[in-house]
Amino acid sequence: MTALPSSISDWFTAKGWSIHPHQHDMLARANDPSTLLIAPTGGGKTMAGFLPTLAELADGTHEGLHTLYVSPLKALAADIKRNLRTPVEEIGLPIRIDDRTGDTPSSRKKRQRADPPHILLTTPESLALLISYEDAARTFKGLKRIVVDEIHALADSKRGDQLMLALTRLQTLCPDLRRVGLSATVEDPTAIARFLARHPDPCQIVLADPGPAPDISMLSTDEAPPWAGGGAAHAIPAVMEQIRRHNTTLIFHNTRAQAEIFFHNLWLANDDALPIGIHHGSLDRVQRERVEAAMVRGDLRAVVCTGSLDLGIDWGDVDLVIQIGAPKNVKRLVQRIGRANHRYNAPSKAMLVPANRFEVVECQAALEAVLAADLDGEPRGPGPLDVLCQHILIAACSGPFMADDLFSEVLQSGAYAALDRQTFDQCLDFCATGGYALKAYDQWNRLLQRPDGQWQLRDPRAAGRIRMNIGTIQDTDTLKVRLKHSRGGKPLGEVEEAFAATLTPGDTFLIGGRIVRYEGLREMTVEVTRRANKKPKIAVFSGTKFATSTQLSNRILDLLEQDSWPNLPLHTSDWLKLQRQVSTLPRRGELLIESFPHKSREHACIYGFAGRNAQQTLGLLLTKRMEELGLHPMGFVATDYATLIWGLDPLTDPAPLFNLTALRDGLEGWLAGNAVMKRTFRSCATIAGLIERNQVGQRKSGRQATFSSDILYDTLHKYDPDHLMLQITRIEALRGLVDFGRIETMMTQVGQNIQLRRLDRITPLAAPLLLEVGKVPVKGAAEEKLMAEEAAELMKQSGLAQL
Amino acid sequence: MNGVEISLTGVRLKALGSGALWWPEEQLLCVSDLHLGKSERQARRGGPALPPYETRDTLNRLSDVLDQTQARTVVCLGDSFDDIEAARALSEEDHLWITRLQAGRRWVWIEGNHDPGPVGLGGSHLCELYVGPLVFRHVAQPVASGEISGHYHPKARLRSASRPAFLADPDRIILPAFGTYTGGLRSSDTPLATLMGPQAMAVLTGSNPIVIPMPR
Repeated sequence: MTALPSSISDWFTAKGWSIHPHQHDMLARANDPSTLLIAPTGGGKTMAGFLPTLAELADGTHEGLHTLYVSPLKALAADIKRNLRTPVEEIGLPIRIDDRTGDTPSSRKKRQRADPPHILLTTPESLALLISYEDAARTFKGLKRIVVDEIHALADSKRGDQLMLALTRLQTLCPDLRRVGLSATVEDPTAIARFLARHPDPCQIVLADPGPAPDISMLSTDEAPPWAGGGAAHAIPAVMEQIRRHNTTLIFHNTRAQAEIFFHNLWLANDDALPIGIHHGSLDRVQRERVEAAMVRGDLRAVVCTGSLDLGIDWGDVDLVIQIGAPKNVKRLVQRIGRANHRYNAPSKAMLVPANRFEVVECQAALEAVLAADLDGEPRGPGPLDVLCQHILIAACSGPFMADDLFSEVLQSGAYAALDRQTFDQCLDFCATGGYALKAYDQWNRLLQRPDGQWQLRDPRAAGRIRMNIGTIQDTDTLKVRLKHSRGGKPLGEVEEAFAATLTPGDTFLIGGRIVRYEGLREMTVEVTRRANKKPKIAVFSGTKFATSTQLSNRILDLLEQDSWPNLPLHTSDWLKLQRQVSTLPRRGELLIESFPHKSREHACIYGFAGRNAQQTLGLLLTKRMEELGLHPMGFVATDYATLIWGLDPLTDPAPLFNLTALRDGLEGWLAGNAVMKRTFRSCATIAGLIERNQVGQRKSGRQATFSSDILYDTLHKYDPDHLMLQITRIEALRGLVDFGRIETMMTQVGQNIQLRRLDRITPLAAPLLLEVGKVPVKGAAEEKLMAEEAAELMKQSGLAQL
Repeated sequence: MNGVEISLTGVRLKALGSGALWWPEEQLLCVSDLHLGKSERQARRGGPALPPYETRDTLNRLSDVLDQTQARTVVCLGDSFDDIEAARALSEEDHLWITRLQAGRRWVWIEGNHDPGPVGLGGSHLCELYVGPLVFRHVAQPVASGEISGHYHPKARLRSASRPAFLADPDRIILPAFGTYTGGLRSSDTPLATLMGPQAMAVLTGSNPIVIPMPR
């Protein structure tokens, strides 16, 4: 138990505040090796994490670094610095606080390494960089506590795995290091506790009062939602009305593109010219900071945003959260709802706005899950090996190491506790030699083993290259967008390179809520003007497309099984009734397939409810199988709940298609050449250090110097198919974008219970899929033919064909 | 052997889907920018160890096109090796392989910016090669006629596919890179867009090569 010095408790009293019970608990457990605090947003979580630090530093005797604070957001580190300095200054505590992120100037970074503050606020990437320096032991001397904020967000990602590996290093440097995790409400606190603690240390969990149940409802609109799409344009008047009635409204979207369109439409309807802003990760930092500052001042009535506002920065007086589109995941919805009424013990107010008819069902299911506090989450597998490879390289940067020592250190991280030595050695071999079956040139190894058995960098200059590429966040290739003639003026934001490649001068698109006209590409910058009079094309951002969680999908299926739906709006319950009359509704433990002709094509609709990514993969695998069986598939489209395939021949016998072994073979064989697998490979290979994201003097040699990672993938696949990087890619493919794991789960639950309904026309439940965007044509002979046709047409039009 | 016929100052040539250029009358095959030994060079400079299979893959594809054409003369248009060191570090096996490919035919190494000077392999080393009305050199010159060059690794886009491509106008042809580990420069990027005349075409490589007006 750490006693609270009177100067601190007096300050609380003077402010008229009392210390929350969970803040007392955290003080009482201050000497435990690890503690996890689960508290709702606004529960004084950060103060609970820092109180023991303030108490221990109050007498001014500690020298050097005492507490390291790690958060997933740079902005959060800066925000906490401000919030922490206020009490420290008011109480008059002798504590130095500083932050260190990618934005910190290098002069200050150097000073921090030589003379660290008492409290250092940082991110996982900056911490990984710190431990890669030879003088890490000096920098971290005296470190007593580490506070990991928003640990629930980190625990879901490779950033968290990297952080926990960094902690094993820190723990070796500072054996007395105590760990504290701060988390929002999660479904499985013990999993987070395991993730946080040094394996096999115990980790106590402190649960704060979750506060009153949220006030959550579905926003009713005059117009019924459309059958498909995600724009929610029908809800603009109703949302506008809610903005008028509240002080500050946060309007969450699932994708950046949707946020842009919605913001655009909202301004068209903003007759009172209410101050409404937009905030998402593709906007330029200066623009985002302006919105954040306006928000803190209370100048904005609403902000249209995406996940970039998900984490705990205090945005002032938000009294309503609106979620546009189905939330896909109950846990995230609860965390978003928590952004409203940032005061302890006040209910949060939230509204869900389904963007289409099916989402009405999904929103209802999500709403019931929130009220039942039934959260979801997919358990994560063992620690990913690409992150381990990067960690080995980081260790090598900091100095020579013994393989045995590093291995036993890694085992102390919860996610890697079950790692076997053989796999570790494979990763070490990959870092040292590339790990190829062909030992081509031992003399050029990246790491070499010294006579005393220690591993070290062969070329010390490699450390610089490795440090430049630390981190696990994958940027897609984006290009900055600037106004033409703005002479290096600030960029409006970024678009993906692939999107920019589809633009021709005169095309228009949305960015930062403005329609801009594409003028041309100049030195890796998209130049635009504001002369816009056309309907915008939409900027496609890769911004994660979330798949509906397994738990939420099951709740939807349960809802569909009800006899009637008094909780659903009439327009939706009538639709479900009609489906039940003409066909049947999907049920748990059974796979419904509808087969019907429509517009002279045969269609098959497979209601797998496995989430968007898995349904997409299922579409790829099934159409391949159908082509082999001579069913002439021509294309498919996938949503979170179904895949619709069209082609020339009817599907009459699904059994041969849905053979799990055959599907798995398809994954190994044909899908291996798919773009999604290549993207997965690229991300793993970049993290593991095979591909350098940042290179010294990159732009100097011109673009022909770099080549696509697809070539590396193809080469490995052809000459070294069992290579570690391909093994890692296959493991990743089970989740993420390929999500084959959910297909396996679905197939196992369904077993032989596949129900094929042959119908004479399209069904109510299948019809909306025809309106979905993102139809995937089945490539092959057909695509080559189209390319040849288009080429001939271009030659003819240009007159070149006559030459 | 799929290819597209191109006429350059009256000479009939064939741009092959593999990225090689075939001159039937002279039985001459031209390939550019093999960049053999790229992974070795990268590793030597302290970079990541790329899969060391690119030399094998490039030679495999070169063998295939030599089998198909039975060329009497082979012209490698420069940057055949990623650097002089990479040429020296070539494995015994690959060395023998190249010697086998050279047997019974004339072989010309044109100097590139990556591999100036002679390498320890058979064949003649030249800065430029004149054959009839054509000149073979590594980097295109601003004013030229009947010129065949490489260096830029051109690529071009049609629909959603971007592929290595031959660029051709009445004065010159620029070859795509033949090497496995080679990137590409878009035909619309500055040096290529200014070098190529208004009537330029692009031939996209692949199993079915495709001709289009050069994208600018």
